Amino acid sequence: MSQTDKSIDINWMLLFLCWLMVTVSATISVFFSSVLEYEPCVLCWYQRICLFPLIFIFATGLFPTFDKSVIKYALPLTIVGGLIAFYHTLLYAGIIPENIQPCSKGVSCTEKYFELFGFVSIPMLSFFAFSTLVTLLIILKRRTSK
Amino acid sequence: MKYVLIGATCVILAFVFVVGSNYYKEQQSAKYGFMAEKNSELFIRDHSQTLGSDDAKVYLVEFMDPACETCAVFAPFIKKIMDANPGKIKLVLRYAPFHDGADNFVKILEAARMQGKYWETLDVMFKTQNVWASHGNWQPERLWEVLPRAGVDIKQIKKDMHSPAIAKIIEQDMADVKALNVQKTPGYFVNGKPLQTFGFKQLYQLIQSELDAKYPK
Repeated sequence: MSQTDKSIDINWMLLFLCWLMVTVSATISVFFSSVLEYEPCVLCWYQRICLFPLIFIFATGLFPTFDKSVIKYALPLTIVGGLIAFYHTLLYAGIIPENIQPCSKGVSCTEKYFELFGFVSIPMLSFFAFSTLVTLLIILKRRTSK
Repeated sequence: MKYVLIGATCVILAFVFVVGSNYYKEQQSAKYGFMAEKNSELFIRDHSQTLGSDDAKVYLVEFMDPACETCAVFAPFIKKIMDANPGKIKLVLRYAPFHDGADNFVKILEAARMQGKYWETLDVMFKTQNVWASHGNWQPERLWEVLPRAGVDIKQIKKDMHSPAIAKIIEQDMADVKALNVQKTPGYFVNGKPLQTFGFKQLYQLIQSELDAKYPK
């Protein structure tokens, strides 16, 4: 077993971790909307647009072996998703006043549906997922550009 | 190995999803069943229009809106089930006019009730929905053209529909809509049990299971 083989395995595992993260996140997201019937607000929809395609992009990058070009395709989605999630988290926390945000029709983006341990909100979970993904992808980028 | 890992993850997630949703639905059912026992007035108010025998042991509560297309489609289906089980089912109609302006049609219907033409009016409204409410484009003036078919006095309806008593009925029903978390019309409860997945077959099964429970063969 040479050194390169081992490094490919670690890269594959890291990408697999990314895939696992988005798949679990998407499942939870669909569970919230379809089973618990939480109506997704506008900002949630923008984040979902960034999240859902990643399942297929990451999965494609895993087969037959690790393909580093997946980083290039996945980074824009994760960064945009992360920015929206960050904005949404601030909005939800009341740091940005709600009257300047775009979603007035339908569900309010600050509607409280669910708070884990009393403070972890849905936008916060989303921001956590996206920022972890960005971090993992940057680590992968560093590893592969060596 | 890689394929197994991905495949296994998908299977596990799907399994957790299904178990989780079943668990949640059971919990909801139990919760609403409890509410039906403790607060039966949430499901049926004194003002609520009903159809069927008072001795019926199966109460089908429907949250509806005369302008809702799916409600119109379900009306003959429900009638068929009730006809097949004479005296066993009581239909309770509640209002959930979610859209802006939909409450006006509820007011017209309640005003027709004052003339003793409730079911006739509702029937005409449902059957002519494509004339006055096609695709959310509501044209009350066209409803006035077809409503005489129900044998009601239009002038009287126009006068009665703004009565505060009717506004109060809608207010009460909307409060119950909120308490029972009805989000779409038609929303069904059979003896307090909510219809979990929407559809003709699912509603039929829910009614049938209550019929079997209350009228053992």
